[in-house]
Amino acid sequence: MTSPNPPSRTVAHGVFTIEKIYPSVTPRRVFEAFASPHAKSNWFVAPNDQLVACERSMAFQVGGRERLECRWKSGLVSRFDAVYFDIVLGERIVYAYDLHLDERKVSVSIATFEFRDSGTGTKLIMTEQGAFLDGYDDNGRRQQGSLELMDKLGDFLKA
Amino acid sequence: MNKASLYLDLTFRALADPTRRSIIERLSQGEASVSELAHPHNMSLPGIVQHLALLEESGLVRSEKVGRVRTCRIEPAAFSLAEQWLDQRRAQWDRHLDRLGEHLQRFPDGEPE
Repeated sequence: MTSPNPPSRTVAHGVFTIEKIYPSVTPRRVFEAFASPHAKSNWFVAPNDQLVACERSMAFQVGGRERLECRWKSGLVSRFDAVYFDIVLGERIVYAYDLHLDERKVSVSIATFEFRDSGTGTKLIMTEQGAFLDGYDDNGRRQQGSLELMDKLGDFLKA
Repeated sequence: MNKASLYLDLTFRALADPTRRSIIERLSQGEASVSELAHPHNMSLPGIVQHLALLEESGLVRSEKVGRVRTCRIEPAAFSLAEQWLDQRRAQWDRHLDRLGEHLQRFPDGEPE
């Protein structure tokens, strides 16, 4: 037995898409809700009893950065660090970001938001493409991940 | 469709049904035979077997026949952290975007001061 094990260098790629229809609001209005820290804080961060504190900074312009650091009750610190790559007023936002949990870099992703006129409102299409790093696929951590997932799945089923 | 989204598709389809969710919930407490799973649902064995087939296809559940008894268990390997990450990220965003919808209904004309 050697311990501690070095992290296994692995990458897993994934993608998901979510589509939402927001009736009776314009794409411009939906876009606006993403475009400033003030607007975003009106809907983005949910009250959560596991969350101790969050700090956000945001420069909404091409090349600008957004940072969201949250401290969780468990002591975990999550850090979201993004750079805006494409902003088309009322139509599209693309940013790339990495996510740290404590000191571990967990993922690097591209998130794309498209705001489309649906005739009677707005269709929002969000796509995230990510590289999941050093997937903790050594057995111990994977098992741990599975147990955590079972807890989360339990919460999900109760919700 | 790539492998990850196919997997997610199967997973979400498997979890979209209340009977299958309760089977997962039951199995997360420990393995069970098919008839033990059928019992609380007041369901025929063929009905349960059909649900189990979908769960097995998604990779969430595995079963093994020993003698005349088929025993089912959760497949922890199906829940790699990468998939967990995607599932969680997707679920989180789904909730965020629903909250955005509520916010937009309250303030259709612009952000409140």
